[in-house]
Amino acid sequence: MLEVRDLKVSYSGIQALRGVSMNVSSGETVALIGPNGAGKSSLLNTISGIVRPESGSVMFEAGDITGARAWVVTKAGVLQVPEGRKVFGEMTVLENLQVGETALHGRAPTYRLQDVFDVFPILQERREQRAGSLSGGQQQMLVIARALMGGPRLLLLDEPSLGLAPVIISQVFDALAELKAQGLTILLVEQNAHLALTASDRAYVIEQGRIMKSGASMDLAKDPEVTALYLGQE
Amino acid sequence: MLAQQLLNGLVVSGVYALFSLGFTLVFGIQRILNLAHGAIFMTGAMVAFYTVKGGGPLWLGFILAILASGALSVLVEIVCFRRLRKTGDEEFGGIISSIGAGLVITTIAQQVSSTQVLRFPFETFPVVIFKFWGLRVSMLQLFMAGAAIILVLILGYYVYRTAFGRRIRAVTDNEHAAMLMGINPNFVYSQTYFLAGALAGAAGVLVGLAFNSITFLMGEPYLMFAFAIIILGGLGSIPGALLASLVFGMVQTLTIAYLPSGLTDTIIFASLFLILLVRPHGILGKEDAGNLRGRR
Repeated sequence: MLEVRDLKVSYSGIQALRGVSMNVSSGETVALIGPNGAGKSSLLNTISGIVRPESGSVMFEAGDITGARAWVVTKAGVLQVPEGRKVFGEMTVLENLQVGETALHGRAPTYRLQDVFDVFPILQERREQRAGSLSGGQQQMLVIARALMGGPRLLLLDEPSLGLAPVIISQVFDALAELKAQGLTILLVEQNAHLALTASDRAYVIEQGRIMKSGASMDLAKDPEVTALYLGQE
Repeated sequence: MLAQQLLNGLVVSGVYALFSLGFTLVFGIQRILNLAHGAIFMTGAMVAFYTVKGGGPLWLGFILAILASGALSVLVEIVCFRRLRKTGDEEFGGIISSIGAGLVITTIAQQVSSTQVLRFPFETFPVVIFKFWGLRVSMLQLFMAGAAIILVLILGYYVYRTAFGRRIRAVTDNEHAAMLMGINPNFVYSQTYFLAGALAGAAGVLVGLAFNSITFLMGEPYLMFAFAIIILGGLGSIPGALLASLVFGMVQTLTIAYLPSGLTDTIIFASLFLILLVRPHGILGKEDAGNLRGRR
């Protein structure tokens, strides 16, 4: 479904990606793990058109979306949930969700308001509340829900657990499991490797802008190197 | 007498509101002070004048003025700010570049009008005075108040009740996240500048009619007041700009009526300082309103 080939990206002389190839198939949840600054977010941002690559290609289904602008990429149904819970704070929860519909660009919605509220019931309770006044966990749910309103065929998630309390993280990941069960394809960037490997089918390990390892998440979780480097605390 | 002054103040406030709403809207979305806004306002008045002079009806002049000012405002954004925004240094650069745009527009207007004061032909707007409850209200005043209220309501509806308005507010809030939701920010900017320019143009026509005096520099004092109004209301805040316009219009009218007229501006700006002492971010302002970096 998503095919990234030999992607190279650099910001002001510093190479963030040094030839990354990876793919995501329909219905899969794929995780990208690796240390801070390894290039996980750069890869995600290049796929969604925030960052333009030096070379390489990003194919989504039959189309080439390499270097397309961010709002053009959404037309294909590739939607990123950005890091750091970027809700539209001055707008209500409902208005945030309505803005999400912009990403449809005339495509048929895959999640209607009620479907989204079924996954995140708290948002229905808070629908008239200003998004900026929600708790961190609720804001994270809102940005995921907002992307769902845009009819994602591939959902890119950037660090959904960042800065959230453990009990909230498990709520968010329960919701992601529910979305996965409904057939949504997800590409997940996550620093918490344990969490990422538990939630995904396959994973790539990125270090210094290169893919170091890839494979089924279950196998990677048992891999001695991965265990030592990323699951040390377990 | 007081009721009469309050009524006059309301009309003045309406004009200030039309002018400063666009100013604050643009600041809200791009953190840019568009100092060509006064020239755009003046362009509205000029377009209406030349339409009427050319034999067209006033309503046509009004519509053309709104369209031309809106289009000019969009042009200013594309020429002056769009490239500048990519450098990330648009706060200061934008001020300079918009001063330049304002100079270009006013100079063209100066040439076109041969530095003359232009006056609408007699009875362009019928002179009808209504008297009720001891008040004297001209039809022009009613028209000004009506037009201001209707345009403000249209703006409010557009920004707060439509999908387009939600996109404007989304980009105002967080451009990065808005882009990831499929919003093309450049398109949203164009819309916002069109709205801002159209409202300023409408205000220009109303002021041109009210004082029956149109000059290439007529926008400058309004720009100065709009500055004070959006700071008083809270930078980028639409309700704040409305409220501050009302305060300014009223204070100005009342000081002119009851105090030596030379004191008007002194009182207005002194009250601005006093209010800012108590509310440093304006009446309805947010603490981070001027913070460009924090928004990205």
